[in-house]
Order: sequence, then structure tokens, then C-alpha cells
Amino acid sequence: MSDLLALADRIVGQARAGEQVEVFLGRSHHTEVKVFDGAVESLSSADTQGVGVRVIVDGRQGFAYAASLDEAIVAETLDEARDNAGFGTVDEHLGLAAPDGVAPADLDLFRPELADFPTARKVEMALELERAVRAADPRIRGVESAEYGDSMSESALASTEGIRATTRRSGCSIVASAMAGEGTSTMTGSGYSVARTPEDLDLAKAVKDASEKSTRLLGARKPASRRLTVLLDPSVSASFLGLLSSGLSASSVIKGRSLFADRQGEAVAVPFLTLVDDPTEPLAWGAGRYDAEGLASRRNVLIADGVLQGFLHNTYTGRRCNQPSNASAVRGGYRSTPGAGSRALSLAPGDRSQEQLMADVGTGLLVQSVTGLHSGANPISGDFSVGVEGLLFRDGAPAEPVREATIASTLQRMLLDLVAVGGDREWLPGGAAGLTLVIADVQLSGS
Amino acid sequence: MIDEAVVARVLTAALRTGGDFAEVFAEDRRSSSARLDDGKIEELTSGRDRGAGIRVVRGETTGFAHTSDLTEEGLRAAAEAASAASRGGGGGVREVALTRRDNLAPHEVSVMPEDVPKSRKAELLLKADDAARAAGGAIRQVGATYGDSHRKILVANSDGLLTSDDQVRTRLMVSCVASGDTGMQTGYEAPGRTVGFELFDEVDPADIAAEAARRALVMLKARPAPSGTLPVVLKRGAGGVLFHEACGHGLEADLVGRDASVFRDKVGTRVASRLVNLVDDGTYAREWGTYAIDDEGHVAQRNSLIEDGELTDYMWDHLRARKAGRQSSGNGRRQSYHHLPMVRMTNTYVLAGEEDPDEIIRQTPHGIYCVQLGGGQVNTATGDFVFGITEAYMIENGEITHPIRSANLIGNGPEVLQAIDAVGNDFDTWTGTCGKDGQGVPVSSGQPTLRVAAMTVGGTAA
Repeated sequence: MSDLLALADRIVGQARAGEQVEVFLGRSHHTEVKVFDGAVESLSSADTQGVGVRVIVDGRQGFAYAASLDEAIVAETLDEARDNAGFGTVDEHLGLAAPDGVAPADLDLFRPELADFPTARKVEMALELERAVRAADPRIRGVESAEYGDSMSESALASTEGIRATTRRSGCSIVASAMAGEGTSTMTGSGYSVARTPEDLDLAKAVKDASEKSTRLLGARKPASRRLTVLLDPSVSASFLGLLSSGLSASSVIKGRSLFADRQGEAVAVPFLTLVDDPTEPLAWGAGRYDAEGLASRRNVLIADGVLQGFLHNTYTGRRCNQPSNASAVRGGYRSTPGAGSRALSLAPGDRSQEQLMADVGTGLLVQSVTGLHSGANPISGDFSVGVEGLLFRDGAPAEPVREATIASTLQRMLLDLVAVGGDREWLPGGAAGLTLVIADVQLSGS
Repeated sequence: MIDEAVVARVLTAALRTGGDFAEVFAEDRRSSSARLDDGKIEELTSGRDRGAGIRVVRGETTGFAHTSDLTEEGLRAAAEAASAASRGGGGGVREVALTRRDNLAPHEVSVMPEDVPKSRKAELLLKADDAARAAGGAIRQVGATYGDSHRKILVANSDGLLTSDDQVRTRLMVSCVASGDTGMQTGYEAPGRTVGFELFDEVDPADIAAEAARRALVMLKARPAPSGTLPVVLKRGAGGVLFHEACGHGLEADLVGRDASVFRDKVGTRVASRLVNLVDDGTYAREWGTYAIDDEGHVAQRNSLIEDGELTDYMWDHLRARKAGRQSSGNGRRQSYHHLPMVRMTNTYVLAGEEDPDEIIRQTPHGIYCVQLGGGQVNTATGDFVFGITEAYMIENGEITHPIRSANLIGNGPEVLQAIDAVGNDFDTWTGTCGKDGQGVPVSSGQPTLRVAAMTVGGTAA
């Protein structure tokens, strides 16, 4: 760890007069085991490392990265970023973050014992996952994929402005996709579990989800088009929160790409909706002590009781809007500069289970999975149209499964057509928590 | 990139525990990009990725490790890790002798992007910004990104192969936001080719920007898309992604092999309308998915997949071909040295038919006309797929009428292929990135204007 920060410090020390320099160093170790048909198909073990350097000089920004921590290459990367800065447009608001006195939360995101977990047990876990999925239901005719993966990563960030931040995290996952068959019908469903250490993985849950999700769709057909009430399963609602997130980035607002622009202080959703981004929540997969510019993470309320409170800011967007950063800088790794966005988005949960909500609603569609989010949802216009699989329900009880259909509305309407928020909050891999959402009057397209 | 003798010694080391096959894939990629947004050149970025992935295959198991250390010591460490991962039992020494094979490049690259002054790359973006904003006051925002990459690869394996390739790609992407009474709408245009900076001898950034702006302005007038089943006419070039999703992925031998494709056991049978002829061709000069060799060292080739509606073959990589006792079709690709190769498409094209494209529209009483699609997704095990429309119009009484808002279309691959009832005599291609199992690779797709008799359009208008 200290060697990463020491290297970052040495490179920052090469800054010239008048230059702001930020050095991000990352290093990680990954293991991945894929099994098929009772045998190991592949076992990968790999170390990844890299550096990203940002230079701001005379109001211009340049960036460079390299997939290496070799000191000479890191130094070259600084030179390259410096040279690139000469071609940017002058922008008086450009500048690196400065320490703001907020202390980082004490988060337990790293389990050193993962390093000693034997590879043979990882392999056994993946094989056991496949066996268990296959055995879970006689209608499961194959396992499309079953894998175990883990990573241990560390990073260091240092800058001429006095930022010095280090992070360490570990994580592991199992995921399986089952193929269920009956007659000529084949349907798929996946299940997974994520944890900080292998002992905490819930194999039984992954198996149950893959099995139930694939078998309950058997016999699914294209439904007739109609307007109806939908229940979004937690994994689906988490994807929709991800779409909303882009409109809540101050960067989108400043650049005229947010459907929430100019609406701060207005009611944008039903009064029982509260949306918070809180990377200090230890259960959140996106939790972290620092944001991507090295400021301590903090809880930001974005929508309170339906009213838009504010946006996610990094240092640059804060300066553009005359306010401090709220520690919402995000970056995809050492290959890119920090943007502004969410890491641990969640709606305030209600108190009803999915079954209770189904009973409350009576008739509708439970959406189990969606496809084509990237091609059919436009976070700028708010239009969305996505492929769905799920179960129609009547009198509060599951009825016919459906496939090859879409649901469509706009994000703006969806926030106002919300009927209920479930109490079944679940932190999912990615940047958001899922919970069952009930939305009225959505267009279902089929035959 | 690496000395031949070193590669031979590393492969020998990789086989020391008894592997059947070992491979070194080394890569040195330099990339540069420039991004404009909100009227400003936000930044130029330079990137360097250099390293090697080593795999050892023993029986059904592949062991894989990668390293950014290209010294003999670093490569040997990765070879030993890969070898250990394949769980070899100890097999003595098997010396590897390499024979270098030179490849015929599909075309010459005339202007290496790294030789072009950075200021010229920035100028392209400013020109695009000006042109997009000149398209009308309703254009409120313009984003433009220039990107190039120069990827040198070396592949050597225990069959004695030693070969290399130099792949240069250049792309410009422009996106616009227009604002009007109906809110905000977007337009996007992003041509890319496997060429150097000479791309801009034929592609004018101002034209690309004007096209993206036109699209955003058209969408301001769009009405809600219909909901339900309709005939769908795809303009030339726009609909290649339909085939990429409807059957392309399902014809990848790795998915077929694990029984996760609806096209399993269908070779030699009718899987599409007789009007459909589909090829995957990595040799087309200058196309986005083109290369001299794939990422396993196999020479790119033209593979016929569907002829007159009959399935003729799948696409293959080294491992899947070896298992089936045949040659790879040159479709083994990987995103980078961090990844294992798998079966991937290159340039996937439906060949031109005989009908006049205008006539296809005239003979469609009520349907939609798709001019640009925005990507898609498929579940190969069920065959169900979606793709998004980003510029489309209603066809009423054989005429193109008003634009419709963006939506996904959904269908089932085998059913949609059978439902193609008209194929035009024109042709164009589309540039994209194909994602599979977390890896993105550059691909193109292409087709003539054609009609699907019925697909479900996922709009909101009843």
C-alpha cells in the first residue's frame, strides 16, 4: 500500500511551477473460474495495474494513462499529460480538489484473508454451484454458465493540492445462468451472490434464484398489448435508478443533458419518494471512503419527499455552480478523468413485501428482467422502451409467464406514476440498491 | 515486440506441466483521444497498454494469466501461473520450435495517427462543433470525440506458429441535443474505419456533425412510437445490427457448443427466408471489424453463414474448432491481453437482393421505416432479441410520413429471419462495438434495405 502512495508522491513532486498534478495509481489481483459440464473450462489469474495522470496548467487540462506502474513509464505518462494540456480550451473553472476537512467514514471493505483462500476451494465452489443449479429442478436442462470470481484491489491518489487518499477493497461473486426446458419452451434465469469474502457468499440463494427464475417462465408467450400496472423486481428497479442517476449528475445539468435541469426545489416525483446517494453505507457495493478526487465520501439527499434537492457535484461542476463539491467525483479506473455521478443510490424503502404489493395491486405484470436498456432508454429525453420477461398476475397471485414484449413510458412520468415502494431493499452489484417498485399505467407491447 | 527465442522458451516453460497447447498473445496498444463538450476541448488523452496473456490448455481446461511485464522473467512467471491453473500433472519437456508467418495486410494505412499533430485532432472537433450549432438554434449542446488506436499484436503457440499484425483504427463521434416544445431529443453519428488519419480525406467532420444535428432536430417533431406488431422496413446499413442480434451471436460455436443457441443442430436446414444470404467477413478492406489475423493468429477470412435461407456454418475460434476437428474460421478475438479469446463476429453482412428499395416502401401500406438503430441485445438460448431505433418514421399508404420517438423493437431470431419478405438491391454498413461476456470488440454490420413482415414495436401509442 504505502509503496503506491510513495510512488504517487514522487510523481506529484515532479510538478512544475504553476502546474496542478493529480496521480491515480491502481493495482488489483483477479481470479476467475468458469465451469461447464462438471469440468473447469477456464481458470484465470491475473494482476492488473495502471496509472492515470491529470495536469492542469494555465486553465487547461490534459490527461494520460498507462497500464503499468514502472516508474519510468509513470514519469512518461506525466510528460504526455502535460503535453496534452497544451491543446485544451482555457476554462477558469478547471482545478483539482483541495482537502475540505471532512473525515472519511470507517468502512470495512477489505478482507485480507481472501488472499489466502485456496484456489482449489474457488474451483470447488464453482463446480458445486453448477451441480446444485442442475439438481435444483428436473426441468433444468442445462447450465449456460457458472462461475466464481474475486478481486483484491488497492489504489492511491495524490495531488499538488495536498490530496492523499488510499483505498483497499476485496470482493467475490458467484453467478450462474440456468436453462429450463419443457416441451419446446426454453427459458433462462440467473442467480448470483456477492460478498467481500468467499465465506459470506450465499450459494443457496444463487441456486434458488437461477432455478426459480428460469422455471417459472416456462411456457411464456407474447402477451396482448395493453396498459397495465407493473411491479419491477429489485434487480430491474436498480437498473432504472441507474438511468435516473445520469440526470442527477451536475455535469449533465451544466451541459444541458439533464431532464432535471432547472427543477431544483420542484416536485419531480410522488411525495413518498426519497432518493439518496450514500457511499458511506457499508452494505452498498459502491461504498468507498473517498470519491475519485480524494474527498471523503458523504451522504447526499437528491430527492426528498418528491422534491428535487440538488445534484451530484465534483470539484469542477461545483466551481461552475458556485458551490463546493459534495464528493461525488467518479471514475471508471485509471483510464479516465473523474466525472460527477452516484455510487450508492437508493430509494427510501417502504414496508411491504413483493407478495403483499402483488396482493394490493391485484392485477398486473411482475417484470423479472429487462433487455435493451442501453438501446431503448434515453436518459436525456427520458423516453424508455425495454424488452421484458416476467409474470402476469391476477387476484394477487402469479398467472401466465410472458416473453418477447416491451414496456414503455418516460422516466419523468414513471416518477409521478409510482404507486408504492417495497420494503425489500437489496444492495446489488453496481451503483444502486434495488427494491420492488409499483408503477401504474405503463404501456405493454406484444401482439 | 518480444524476441523469438524468448517466446519459444516461454512456450516450452508453459508446457512443462503437461499442457496440450500453449499460446503467448502479446499486445502493444497506443491510443489517443480528444473530447469536446459544451463548446470546449475538455481534454486530450494518451494511453499505453502493453502486456501479454498466456494460456495453457490441458484437456477441457484452460489456464490463463496475463502480465504487463514483457521481460523473459515476467513472461515466464505468467506462463507458470497459466500452467499451474490448467492443473497439469507434470509431462516432461516439450520443446517448441517456431516458424514465423507473415500476413498480407488487408490494406495499406497511409497516415499513422501518431504522426499527426495533436492540434489537428483538436481542430476536427471545433469544426464539428461549429457545423452542428449552425444547423439551428434548437441545437443546445454538442459533444464530439475523436479517437485512434494503433494495436500491434504478436501471437505464438505450441503448434509452432509465430505471427503478428498491426491494426490501426480511427473514429469520430458526434452527439447533439436539441430542445423544443416536446423536451430534449438527441442525435448521434459515429463513423469509424480500420484506417489511419486518412479517414478524414473522405469523412468531413462538418458533415458528420450536420447529420447528428439533423437527426436531433427531426426527433423534436417525433410522435410517440406505436405499440404492437407491424411490418418494419430497415434502411440500408441501419439494420445490420438486427442480424448481429437475431442470429449472429447464435451462430458463435462456443454458444452452440454449450447448447445455449436456438441454432444448434440447424446446419443444412432452412433457418431464414430464401432471400437471406449472410456472411461474416473479416477481410473487407478498411471496415471497422477488419484485421489480417485474429487474436489467435488465424488469418481472417470470408465465412458464409446463411445461403438462400439455409444455414451453412457457424463461426469458430481455435479451441472450439480443435474440439470439432476442423479449422478455425478466424473469429477468435479478445478485447485485450487481459482477456481470453472467444468466438466473435467481424463484419457481418446480409448481401444485396434484387428489389428497388423505394418499391419496398411503396408496397408497405402501414409500418415503420428505420433509418438508424442504436444497438441491441439477445438471449441466444431463447432467441429473443431487442434493438433500439434512434431515427424512424411511420409508413402510411406506402409513403414515409412523420418521425417517431425512440423505442425498442423485440422479436425472436428464428421467427424474424423467416419473416423477411423483401430484400433491396442497395447496401451500406454500420460501425459498432460488440459486447459479449464483458469484452468489447470493434465490429461492423451491413445490409440492403429490407422488410420484416411483422415485429413488435415497443412504443407508447396504442
